[in-house]
Amino acid sequence: MEYNPITVTDLNKYIKEKFDGDEMLANVLVKGEISNFKRHYTGHLYFTLKDENSLIKCVMFKSYTTYLNFIPKDGMKVIILGSVNVFERDGVYQIYAKAMKQDGLGSLYEAYEKLKSKLSQEGLFDVSHKKKIPFMPKTIGVLTSNTGAVIRDIINVSTRRNPNVHIRLYPVPVQGSGAAEKIAKGIEFMNENKFADVLIIGRGGGSLEDLWPFNEEIVARAIYNSEIPIISAVGHETDFTIADFVADLRAPTPSAAAELAVANIDDVKETLRLYNNRYKIALKKRLELMRLSYEKQIARPAFKNPTQKINEQYMLIDMKVKAIQSSIQSKISEEKAKFIKQIARLDTLSPLKTLTRGYSIVTNESGKTIRKVSEIKTGENINLRLVDGEKKAKVL
Amino acid sequence: MKEKEINFEEAMKQLENIANELEKGDLSLDESVNKFEEGMKLSKKCNDFLEKAEKKITMLINSDGEIKEEEFKIEEN
Repeated sequence: MEYNPITVTDLNKYIKEKFDGDEMLANVLVKGEISNFKRHYTGHLYFTLKDENSLIKCVMFKSYTTYLNFIPKDGMKVIILGSVNVFERDGVYQIYAKAMKQDGLGSLYEAYEKLKSKLSQEGLFDVSHKKKIPFMPKTIGVLTSNTGAVIRDIINVSTRRNPNVHIRLYPVPVQGSGAAEKIAKGIEFMNENKFADVLIIGRGGGSLEDLWPFNEEIVARAIYNSEIPIISAVGHETDFTIADFVADLRAPTPSAAAELAVANIDDVKETLRLYNNRYKIALKKRLELMRLSYEKQIARPAFKNPTQKINEQYMLIDMKVKAIQSSIQSKISEEKAKFIKQIARLDTLSPLKTLTRGYSIVTNESGKTIRKVSEIKTGENINLRLVDGEKKAKVL
Repeated sequence: MKEKEINFEEAMKQLENIANELEKGDLSLDESVNKFEEGMKLSKKCNDFLEKAEKKITMLINSDGEIKEEEFKIEEN
């Protein structure tokens, strides 16, 4: 009897060809739960897909992972589209996943989208309704679990920014049935009692089911109706819940929420100090300007030499007086000269001058000057005027 | 205005307004001094508010409609 064994390689090759030739295996849609999940440093995902009775290895190459809209984790229920092939080297068959989505969430996603569009149409997400987060709230109300990282992160960040902050925790369950009602009630309770100036509602990351209370209508409406401004901080940065859309402000994480609610006290004090400086500088400048203006005024001649103007006026008066005096003087001498000239002229014309040369003036008794012989009669009394006096005479 | 009733945000806005007015310099000296004093008072009020605030971390406990508030301590892991 002759044995005719084939090699392991040949066998696996044969099996691989069988698989490759099967149309059903080339395109399978399979559901199961993820376990043994590993993300290789190359970016490829390796895991096992299982149900209650069976399991199969799975690989998803990096190039396909970019289309994932969630982060796969152990225990997650998923639906995978891919092919089943043989890995010849190890003699194993496995699913080569091309696409993967979370299973069982279909109805949740649908509910989420439905509620989101309904509330959006009602205006619950309207920016105009959003309240401003107070700059320096006295009391920060926190609605979250009293255990876990969220409240711890909020306390740590808040007290680091402002050591004197007042944080008032209202513990609520943040997942599971009944959580939504309790969160909504908590928001109403804080409002009724005015227990806070700002509210942070939130929880840490988790699956869509975990975050679900924050996607419920009762929470959305409580947030909308709250008079206290609300900051939401639900899950990770990539998680968007309905609560985030309704809230007045969405923080990507609980720590970020604390940063948004609590002002950094050092910054505020620095700002106050800057204002004080600005006031001092402004007032100093004002005073300096006043002083300069005062000095400028005081340096003006009116203040510097107050009698100058008066002296100037005195001088002007003196000058005027002098001018008047000299004009009078000149007038006097002018008149005097004129007078002398007239006198001299008069002198030459004066008959008295003629009298000195031996002439005499004859007048009749009535004082009329006799110029012609015909003007006198014999026996008439006449008057002779000579240079040194008068003499009466009788015509013969 | 009582210290507790200070609206911090408004006070800060007012501080800014006063600074702007003072810096514009078209106030009379009297007005400038008044504004300066007003600003300084306000700034002190803000500072006091910050200094005098008390650190309190509390938890509200609602047991059968009765509300209690007690100090909250983070559980150490």
